[in-house]
Amino acid sequence: MTKKLTVQDIIFTLEKYWADQGCMLMQAYDNEKGAGTMSPYTFLRAIGPEPWNVAYVEPSRRPADGRYGENPNRLYQHHQFQVLMKPSPDNIQELYLGSLKQLGIDPLEHDIRFVEDNWENPSMGCAGVGWEVWLDGMEVTQFTYFQVVGELTMNPVASEVTYGLERLAEYIQNVDSVYDLEWADGVLYGDIFKEPEYEHSKYSFEESNQEMLLEAFNNYESEAKRLIKLGLVHPAYDYVLKCSHTFNLLDARGAVSVTERAGYLHRIRIMAKSIAKAFVEERRKLGFPLIHDEKVRQQTVDEYTKKAEKAKERAAKQAAKKA
Amino acid sequence: MANSYLLEVGVEEMPAHVVTPSIKQLHERVAKYLKEQRITFDSIREYATPRRMALLIEGLSDKQPDIDESVKGPAKKIAQDQDGNWTKAAIGFTRGQGATVDDIEFKDVKGTEYVFVEKHIAGKSVAEVLQGLPKVITSMNFPTLMKWGYNNLQFIRPIRWLVSLLNDEVVPFSILDVHAGRQTQGHRFLGHPVEIASAESYEQTLHDDFVIADQAQRKQLIKEQINKIINEHDWQIDWDADLLEEVNNLVEWPTAFAGSFDKKYLALPDAVLITSMKDNQRFFCVRDHDGKLLPHFISVRNGNTKFIENVIKGNERVLVPRLEDAQFFYEEDQKLSIDQYVERLKKVSFHDKISSMYDKMARTAVIAQILGKKLNLNDEELADLDRAAHIYKFDLTTQMVGEFAELQGIMGEIYAKLFGEKASVAAAIREHYMPISAEGDLPSTKIGTVLAIADKLDSIISFFATGMIPSGSNDPYALRRQAYGIVRMMAEQGWHLPLLDMQSEFADAIQKAGIETKFDYQKNAGQVREFFMDRLKQFFNAEKMRHDIVDAVTDTNQYDIVNILAAAKSINEQKDDDGFKDDIEALTRVLRIAKKGQGQDSNINSQLFQNPSEEKLFNAVNNVADDFSQEDMDKDLRSLRSLSSVITEYFDENMIMDKDEQIKNNRLAQLQEIANMTKELGNLDLLIVK
Repeated sequence: MTKKLTVQDIIFTLEKYWADQGCMLMQAYDNEKGAGTMSPYTFLRAIGPEPWNVAYVEPSRRPADGRYGENPNRLYQHHQFQVLMKPSPDNIQELYLGSLKQLGIDPLEHDIRFVEDNWENPSMGCAGVGWEVWLDGMEVTQFTYFQVVGELTMNPVASEVTYGLERLAEYIQNVDSVYDLEWADGVLYGDIFKEPEYEHSKYSFEESNQEMLLEAFNNYESEAKRLIKLGLVHPAYDYVLKCSHTFNLLDARGAVSVTERAGYLHRIRIMAKSIAKAFVEERRKLGFPLIHDEKVRQQTVDEYTKKAEKAKERAAKQAAKKA
Repeated sequence: MANSYLLEVGVEEMPAHVVTPSIKQLHERVAKYLKEQRITFDSIREYATPRRMALLIEGLSDKQPDIDESVKGPAKKIAQDQDGNWTKAAIGFTRGQGATVDDIEFKDVKGTEYVFVEKHIAGKSVAEVLQGLPKVITSMNFPTLMKWGYNNLQFIRPIRWLVSLLNDEVVPFSILDVHAGRQTQGHRFLGHPVEIASAESYEQTLHDDFVIADQAQRKQLIKEQINKIINEHDWQIDWDADLLEEVNNLVEWPTAFAGSFDKKYLALPDAVLITSMKDNQRFFCVRDHDGKLLPHFISVRNGNTKFIENVIKGNERVLVPRLEDAQFFYEEDQKLSIDQYVERLKKVSFHDKISSMYDKMARTAVIAQILGKKLNLNDEELADLDRAAHIYKFDLTTQMVGEFAELQGIMGEIYAKLFGEKASVAAAIREHYMPISAEGDLPSTKIGTVLAIADKLDSIISFFATGMIPSGSNDPYALRRQAYGIVRMMAEQGWHLPLLDMQSEFADAIQKAGIETKFDYQKNAGQVREFFMDRLKQFFNAEKMRHDIVDAVTDTNQYDIVNILAAAKSINEQKDDDGFKDDIEALTRVLRIAKKGQGQDSNINSQLFQNPSEEKLFNAVNNVADDFSQEDMDKDLRSLRSLSSVITEYFDENMIMDKDEQIKNNRLAQLQEIANMTKELGNLDLLIVK
């Protein structure tokens, strides 16, 4: 290697590579979230029968992981490079390994392993099966075949590849502290993020206004529920993301007891679940336009319409029973 | 001709812990299938790596044997009408057998003539039978299942290729859109897609492509490589069989290497270093000849020695932040006190529906004191037990255990000592988790054992009382393992306690101690007892105790686990004695007849005796009763058996159901007394004596 890749070189390389594999390049979603998975480009688009291939960088905020900019590896906000391919390609592992080669990581010069690591996000009703990928013993990527999203069973199954950009960059640039990473020529990660890390940690652990956050959570929740009823899936989902981040802030502040914790997560899950359902319904009404084979598209629409009608009948029957 | 068949199922990397059970499962399923299909073979060899499960079946027969059989149909009178024409029944039967009415013969069966058809079924060829393997493969079970792509098949990981070779010919079949052929995959990085010429060349072909498919051979190689390294440096190693097994199933072409870390981290407790290396990185820890950890480790790469310096450097780099974190936690944790950690437990939930961890400790402390007093612990022991019971979960709120959950209890002991607790208290904190697995080590100290029993009892009682009762495979809180652990501890210690009848005593004491419970602590006590009976059965099964003995001793009103165990042991030991059968028959005869007098326990009136044998039995039973220990099951069983000849005589001479109501009841009362005594051992009526 002549010159070490900067963080932005790494991002360019991955974007170019995955675009060449047929992924659309999306931009980070403009709402706080704990992981790239929660972007609507993954959470919503993983659901339903339509194919979907995307790649994007997602800044991910985890207030409880803040360390005032003092710990070399723990961050309030880190960056994930997220790839979602649905249906999961048969050669997804090979595609991934190809991306490492593009970054100058030749598998023959390293030890690369796929070590079992199943993934779960109970608050979003998500679970998947997969691995963490070890590069010479370091976990650099999370690799997941989604099985359930928003409590809906996947069909087809989407495969998600999530690179921890900081980890990967530390390896490539051979530095031990995230703050020593070179983001672009002559500009270090620390120059950009160290102060915000300190301030966000200070805010999350010491200065956040609990009453305000609690009230905000309740407001966001009622807004989300109202919007779900109106069938406004995307704005509703935005408010679920706000709920989730607000909860994370409360949690970092130690304002949530263990018992209450389960209660909050349950509330978020209930919303995520109804949004997942509503999203499929919305796509069905649009006729699943991303299925390009007309015959398959029509068949799928028919099949989902039949299911929807049956569900409607069932609901009507139950309502009648109650009455 | 003897044939060889190779089956290889190529998958994306399986979890390491699944590899060995899965290849065994495939072996069993395929062997069972071939047996059902009447295909014989000499042997099956297993091959397994993270990416493949393969079987080489040798000495396979060419085909199923042909079958000639006479198939019986309807009776002649049904098969033919009065005019001798074939009926619909006859025609239907022959058609069902792939024959015609012309094939019918009549044969005599017990004096009636029946229709028979001689059938010849040609055996299928072995290749045809092997084509049925996809069903065998897809019916496999795994601890986690997944779907992929558009498929609905659930498997451990996506199936990527299939090799199916009968000698040197492909036996075609497919699973989803994967078609079996002769192409396999070599090592993921060192190897290539490669064709296998014949079943027998499988192992060599893969070896040439950097895959050691034989698990035992691969493990042996890893051992040799590690031995070479430790001999060079004069090191010792913790040969951890589970770790070796896991590492073996993470690689196809192993290369062991050594790495190092800064020796300043050796100031950390060994348990922390071991967890950081072994559990997180799958490294083997290295020691000197005195058993002290050295600042080195050994790991195994999935590849060859080329560029191994990169791999070593990378693995060393991964370890540093982990040790750095651990050191930080270790120092930070020592800045607070046990009291502060205990205080935090008020905010840690044991379970939403039950209580905080703090209240759980309080309940356990009450139970532990009750048990300790009953077991005659001395004052010092009781005080130590009480101290331990009030703090034993404190380490859950330390940063170290927050990060390395598997160190719970272990850090508790280490920190407790650092904070000046007595060694016995510190040890009990670690030991209360034991046994950690069904057959895991038991606590070694008395205080640790009592605390372990009290903690587990409280968990079981609390979960049952709040309706979270294990059912089927659903036991998320491992209550079965905990109850089984209690049975094992009681068996080991031989402590006599009416453990299964103490729930109300616990409940009262907990209430008296002012500990709030938001549920009724005595609820479902009956089910708790049943639950323990099932664990006792499990314990007996593990000891290979005869089933009827298990049934007999667990159908009991005993509340003392040790007595139940002893009852089984004594029956088992005496069952081959001369006269055992007669003795038990005499006693069970008593049991059966005594049932008729049930509910009317009354005193025996010797004035009502009509025959000398009544007096004799009365005296004999009194003698036995006077000497009945209720703790020494062996002796009590012998005493009861000694009654058998007197009982026999008694039955010979007396009619129990006498016309005189008074005499009848007096005799029933006598039998009832004996029956009650036998109940100490269980229900002897369930013993099978031949």
